[in-house]
Amino acid sequence: MTIPIELYLILSAFMFSVGIVGVLTRRNAIVVFMCIELMLNSANLTLITFSSYLGDTVGQLFVFFVMAVAAAEAAVGLAIIIAIFRNKLTINIDEINILKW
Amino acid sequence: MSIELILFIVFGSVCAVTAVLVIIRINPVISALFLVVNFASLAGLYLILNAQFIAIAQIIVYAGAIMVFFLFVIMLLNPESEKKFFSHKPFIKIFTVIVVALVFIQIIYMIFLAQPSEEITKEAATSLNAGTIEQIGKLLFTNYVLPFEAAGYLLLAATIGALVIAKKKFE
Repeated sequence: MTIPIELYLILSAFMFSVGIVGVLTRRNAIVVFMCIELMLNSANLTLITFSSYLGDTVGQLFVFFVMAVAAAEAAVGLAIIIAIFRNKLTINIDEINILKW
Repeated sequence: MSIELILFIVFGSVCAVTAVLVIIRINPVISALFLVVNFASLAGLYLILNAQFIAIAQIIVYAGAIMVFFLFVIMLLNPESEKKFFSHKPFIKIFTVIVVALVFIQIIYMIFLAQPSEEITKEAATSLNAGTIEQIGKLLFTNYVLPFEAAGYLLLAATIGALVIAKKKFE
């Protein structure tokens, strides 16, 4: 393994930043969800990097659990989006403001 | 240049470019397809890092199951014109980019301040051994059997919850 660990960490930080920009600027709820998946994956990359460089399997186990949680989160979140679309006929998150007062 | 570094540059640049394309494309279907490419190149990076099982799980779970789910929902909803989904206020965009750039610079500063590569003495053998499905399975069914069962229940609960939420019409 000749690659310095910093390169992986910088790539992960870049992907995380791109995910934050997407969550804050996009207005389509589905794209916001995709950006959240992007951020989860950048965290996974960091975990795998340290797990591999330290020779410790536990980091990869945590990535396994993160994948399970991400799958559950995507299922419930998209179900919520479908339910909102049924009621309000939009998935623009600027127009979904019924909890705002 | 070793083959490892070349592969890292290829997969890493694909990863970075597709991540940016996901958030700048207006059509959500294009965004989803770029996200699939992003996940696939991440699986390649995991293979370089000797994490074979996670690389396969990444392809199956993320690029396979979750992205098909996303595309299915996009197809199902077929939302109105995508153009107006983009925020029309340039101030918010600029402010967001500035804030996120600050966060990014801070993370990079922390990475170089900590200098992790000087502390870590890694051998290829232990790293290769850590990523095998044998090691992961051994840990999963001994020390981490409780979180494993909890993850199973979480997925069951999420399945039932998604069915109930998507089916019921709350008025």
